[in-house]
Amino acid sequence: MKSPIVSRIALGLYFIIFFGYLMGPLLVMSVSAFNSPSFPSASPWECFTFEWFSVLWHDRHIREGIYYSVIIGLGTVILSVSMGLAASIVLTQISARLRSVYYTMIIAPILIPGVVIGISTLVFWDRVGRFLGAGEGSLLDGLFHNGLFLTILGQSSFIASYAMLVFVARLQRFDPGLTEAALDLGASHTQAFRKILLPFLRPAIASASVLAFLASFENYNTTTFTIVDYKTLTTVLAQKVRLGINPSISALAFAIITLTILVALASEAYRRAAQRKEAVWQGKVARPAARLWPAWLRGNPAAILFVLLSFTIIVAFGVAQRYSPAQCKIAAREAKQAEIQRSIEELRARRQEEAPQAPAPTTDTAPAGSGAFGNVFAPGNLPGAPAPEPAPEPAPAPDAPANGAFGNVFAPGNLTTGGDN
Amino acid sequence: MSTGVAVDLENVWIKFGDFVAVREANVNIKGGDFFSFLGPSGCGKTTILRAISGFLDPSEGHVRIGGRDMAGIGPNKRPTALIFQNLALFPLMKIWENISFSMEVRGASAAERRKRADELLDMVALGGQGDKLPSELSGGQKQRVAIARALCANPDVLLLDEPLSALDLKLRQHMRTELREIQQRVGITFIYITHDQGEALTMSDNVAVMKAGVIDQIGSGKEIYDAPATPFVASFVGENNVFRGKIRSIDGTRATIETNRSGVLTAEITPAQRGKMAVGDAAMLFVRPEALTLAEGGTDTGNTISAKVVNEEFEGNTFSVFLEGDGAKPIKMSLPNTGQTRIAERGKPLTLHINPQTTVIMPAGELASD
Ligand SMILES: Nc1ncnc2c1ncn2[C@@H]1O[C@H](COP(=O)(O)OP(=O)(O)O)[C@@H](O)[C@H]1O
Ligand SMILES: [Mg+2]
Repeated sequence: MKSPIVSRIALGLYFIIFFGYLMGPLLVMSVSAFNSPSFPSASPWECFTFEWFSVLWHDRHIREGIYYSVIIGLGTVILSVSMGLAASIVLTQISARLRSVYYTMIIAPILIPGVVIGISTLVFWDRVGRFLGAGEGSLLDGLFHNGLFLTILGQSSFIASYAMLVFVARLQRFDPGLTEAALDLGASHTQAFRKILLPFLRPAIASASVLAFLASFENYNTTTFTIVDYKTLTTVLAQKVRLGINPSISALAFAIITLTILVALASEAYRRAAQRKEAVWQGKVARPAARLWPAWLRGNPAAILFVLLSFTIIVAFGVAQRYSPAQCKIAAREAKQAEIQRSIEELRARRQEEAPQAPAPTTDTAPAGSGAFGNVFAPGNLPGAPAPEPAPEPAPAPDAPANGAFGNVFAPGNLTTGGDN
Repeated sequence: MSTGVAVDLENVWIKFGDFVAVREANVNIKGGDFFSFLGPSGCGKTTILRAISGFLDPSEGHVRIGGRDMAGIGPNKRPTALIFQNLALFPLMKIWENISFSMEVRGASAAERRKRADELLDMVALGGQGDKLPSELSGGQKQRVAIARALCANPDVLLLDEPLSALDLKLRQHMRTELREIQQRVGITFIYITHDQGEALTMSDNVAVMKAGVIDQIGSGKEIYDAPATPFVASFVGENNVFRGKIRSIDGTRATIETNRSGVLTAEITPAQRGKMAVGDAAMLFVRPEALTLAEGGTDTGNTISAKVVNEEFEGNTFSVFLEGDGAKPIKMSLPNTGQTRIAERGKPLTLHINPQTTVIMPAGELASD
């Protein structure tokens, strides 16, 4: 008999490790977005704050980066989805022997390093520009050195391949007889494409667009070469890392993570609702009678989670309008100063002792030294043990006001004094 | 209602690379005819239909519709409408949109289209189902939608590719009569494809029987049944007992054949093969189960065979008696049920008379495998 308990425990352990590995960094990053120290860290926990979101919002570079990332993303979606669609349709039209060669060629850009694509895009379009005489005074002047133009072209050259894969998968399920039926009924080839194939491909177009946008948005390798004098979010972030970062990047990460989860939940909820509707159409499920909940919410955990999460975010925003961590920060600073003060005094006391006596054994100073570091090395503060719940003050000072990590966030008295961010 | 338009295939060859799918087809289909192509699966029926509807060009020869050569005219410009083997209803469109698709591509208004679609839905007995999706209909209903959709295009020729093969037996029989009625009502030329000889015989004015890309015979159902041109047609259309042998003598339209195991038999040479046979040729004699009768009192009229009974089946209107045969297959005899309790016991030898008028002799050839 194999022990089911052992294997279940092993499986549970595996899941914990696996998800810890996947989610841990995201969690630490998210926590650090709300911690007040100016270097992103989840511990020691100092003060709960929304200020990094405000810093993020007011960071001109990041805002411009996002703006151009979105523009490039949209351009890439248009270009790569149309190229991928065309490529996949060609693939279904050609002979089997030609198909494998063609397929390999179209897929190749995915395998080529992004750096290579970036550099070659730059070189290639420069040549094309020269060939077309796009110099001073020409109508095309500057186009072939324009960062947005080049980045869209460079990214699309491999994102189109991803898009094509999405279309190929969908096209495999298309019955070419439908196009023939349309032609037989008098439709032109254009009409058959527009009225039959395109509606069938609509879900694939949607997913290819999302995929293309995300791939474009997060691309760095190619973009860093082709962007020239523009910037995207990724290039801005890379620059920031070089110049030293602050938790506004964690705040950005948190926003992106939240957005991703929301979009994923929304699409899942939508998918389930659509499935439900289809089942009702096909008569597999009885048409649900009107009840307390709208139909799309009922029996749909994704939808419920989505609503709850949205609600939480709205509440958090509401709180952020009012809450100010100023008090907590002052307290933290005072605590720190008190700490320093104390060590100085201890030091002074020791000096005074040293003066009349012989040199004291060094071991005496050890406990005092540990105090100077706060309790950084106390087990409770180990990095990797993030404290999302109100953590104890890391550097407990006897004279610090007894504020929790959240300060008096939820104390009614606080609400009136805050509101300056 | 449009009157029928003639369809002619003139020396049509269709090749896929080295493979010849259709060989030298010469067919003249009269306007308003219900014409069937009958043949086993893979013999090139669909290929011929696709050449008529314009989805492929013959490698050689001409397709004429209403006397006009169709070379270079695409499927969307031909006066034909095809009902596909799998129906090919547009899954994302409602029934009425499916039916009126041919009007939509011509730019008709939604109100016009809806009106015409409703008329056609009434005609195929699907009134009030216009707002459903194809996935919500049953097989037989989809079938009728496909017919309505094709008719909506006002074709001069309707092409049907095994439209009933996916239906169950009961529905299939019902749709046979229905299709025939629709054809008579609209009066256009129907070209129908099937591998089911029963369908071909019951519905068609004329039938072309195909074998591996070759048209063996064209004629009315009765001609094909009574006077098959080749051993393939004789064995594919309806049931037939075959006796192999050599021609012993020929007397006008009659021949006498020395069979391998059943003695000497005399019968008509099938019309298509008259004048093409000589004494000593390998030949086949085909006898329909209903052309065999019990020779009363064992009188030998010179055209009888003797065989032992293997099995007997009662089928309501007939008795089927199986006897030890010439080859691997037993000889089958059908006798009408006239109140007898049974025909014969197992193992009993019977003497059977062959009616020479409804029995044919032809040169030996390939049989339909079944
Ligand atoms: N596009 C094609 N390429 C190559 N061979 C084909 C093609 N279409 C049909 N064939 C071949 O031609 C023969 C006849 O096919 P088809 O007309 O579909 O038969 P059926 O009588 O069952 O309708 C088959 O052997 C088939 O494999
Ligand atoms: Mg076929």
